[in-house]
Amino acid sequence: MQVYKGTKIVNGIAIGKIKIYKAPVYEINEELVSDIAAEIERFESARVKVQEEQNALYDKEIKEGHKDTAGIFEAHAMMLDDDDLIDSCKEIIGEGHTAEYAVREGFEGAAEMFRNMDDPYFQARSADVIDLKNSMLDVLFGADTANLQGTEPAILVAEDLAPSETVKLDKSLLLGLVTRLGSSNSHTAILARSMNWPTLIQCHDISDECDGKFAILDSYNSCIYVEPDQYLIDELTAKQHEDREREAKLQELKGKPSETKDGYKVRLYANIGGPKDIESVIENDAEGVGLFRSEFVYLNSKTDPTEDEQFAAYKKVVESLAPRLVIIRTCDIGADKTIDYMKLDKEENPALGFRAVRICLNRREFFKRQLRALLRASAFGNLGIMFPMIISRWEVQECKEILEMCRKELQAEGKAMAEKIEVGIMIETPAAALCADDLAEEVDFFSLGTNDLTQYTCAIDRQSANLERFADTHHPAVLRLIRETIEAGHRHNTWVGICGELGADPTLTEEFLRMGVDELSVNPKSILPLRDNVRKTDLSQGKTTETKSPKPSAAQSEVKEEKPKGLFGRLFS
Amino acid sequence: MKEFKYVITDPVGIHARPAGILVKEAKNFKSTTTIIKGEKSAKATALMKLMGMGIKQGDEVTVRIEGEDEEACFAAIEKFFKENF
Repeated sequence: MQVYKGTKIVNGIAIGKIKIYKAPVYEINEELVSDIAAEIERFESARVKVQEEQNALYDKEIKEGHKDTAGIFEAHAMMLDDDDLIDSCKEIIGEGHTAEYAVREGFEGAAEMFRNMDDPYFQARSADVIDLKNSMLDVLFGADTANLQGTEPAILVAEDLAPSETVKLDKSLLLGLVTRLGSSNSHTAILARSMNWPTLIQCHDISDECDGKFAILDSYNSCIYVEPDQYLIDELTAKQHEDREREAKLQELKGKPSETKDGYKVRLYANIGGPKDIESVIENDAEGVGLFRSEFVYLNSKTDPTEDEQFAAYKKVVESLAPRLVIIRTCDIGADKTIDYMKLDKEENPALGFRAVRICLNRREFFKRQLRALLRASAFGNLGIMFPMIISRWEVQECKEILEMCRKELQAEGKAMAEKIEVGIMIETPAAALCADDLAEEVDFFSLGTNDLTQYTCAIDRQSANLERFADTHHPAVLRLIRETIEAGHRHNTWVGICGELGADPTLTEEFLRMGVDELSVNPKSILPLRDNVRKTDLSQGKTTETKSPKPSAAQSEVKEEKPKGLFGRLFS
Repeated sequence: MKEFKYVITDPVGIHARPAGILVKEAKNFKSTTTIIKGEKSAKATALMKLMGMGIKQGDEVTVRIEGEDEEACFAAIEKFFKENF
């Protein structure tokens, strides 16, 4: 048995044969050729073909909602347009060399330049150039790269995987992934996380001789066992079973109510980022969507997205998940996210700057496009609208006025809309939490954004490593704001949810339930573990330090009529 | 000929994607835009060379624009720098 250590990216156990993934190595003809025009022609057609491939990969990633990785292919396509690179290759061909030779020399030269730079970001760009070189050679040699992965399920072992290679892998044949190089920020790592493959990187010592051998990838322990001993096989097979059983147990919770032993019901909703997450909402049995970040429609677009583009995206989610409630948060971009077409000024302090609803209220046409798209999508299911970064009551009123304006316009245009749309706000600033009584009179629901609420309450930037010692995610000030917000909401028949990371924190579930929270919105994978947690809780037992605030009785339905919830209670009922 | 000086504020410097967009922007004009840092310089239409200058946050660059439509080009490029770098 051999053991190879690496760095784990995704926990899990994979058992099966190893398949060494090796990009083809080409013998390049170094002899001079006479038909220079023909070689130039071959070079050009390969370049165009690879550029088309890169653009297609860009489209594919955008479609699947992988914005980060899409950017890689966009940059690749741009590099292939680089005049210096093209000219240097053509110059080499002009000296009588083959297109293949020119590609190798020209692209290696560019990669070398990046490799020699001081900055790690630019050094890493050499991998992009090499990826392009290989793709060019694949085309020039007419190689079939489709079968590199083999035809049976295997643990894939590679030197490193270039972005274009990773996205082409057949996911159904992939048990786990091991690379000798790679970094935790690489494209492969990002993809592995999103696909939940057991993955190990920087596993330097594993050799090609392992090809076809039986192995167990145990990323819990950051290693892979090649030809493992029987006891290890037994132990890790058992562990894999355990993983699966735990998973199966959670699966059994599907369709079961999210209710404590003493009968307290809480709604468990999912946080999602786009239409790509629809499947996982259903798969994890979320009872609704408590936070649909609409940013993806802005971030995935090169120009300001039109009303129709937005409508199509919202409609898809709302329609596929009906009759579940889907709460869509309006545009929450700001100066810290660079969106070229928004033309936002750089700010000294973007977290306290021009962002979210502040942009929307100052750029009314921009805001109206989104609101019109949302209203039109409401006809296809159960849609709720939520405004982020609120601090004052007038902001909520102005948002509602604009929404009402849009509704009237659409009505005049004869467009279909839902009869009733719940309208709510994020409570993510201390100002909003402290004014919750006032704000509650305007809306149907609150959603506590605990990440920003913590950051603004404690004046702690979560990204800062130096502050780790000072950062307390369970800070009593934050928990108090949460409790008071829930109580204020309930005084006005406004239901209250939590959509920040704290919502999924199992050590706080009981406390939140005692506070009387109506809904917890968490990432889809946390839904079933959280339901398990809720079902094991008994609020009639033990701790009674927190007084539970009275819940609004069936907040969404019967009571609505008697409460003139700002415009919407009246408008849509 | 017109030129302006600019100190890069973007944390990653002139990196791949915005550099690519700068190239596209520069190609919209007949004028030649040159980015100069110390002894190094590159045309704004040469993506790799531009990235190869390794321009980082805090670096001061000179942007020189020369050609028949230099007024319009200057305005567009200066705006682009302010918004992206």
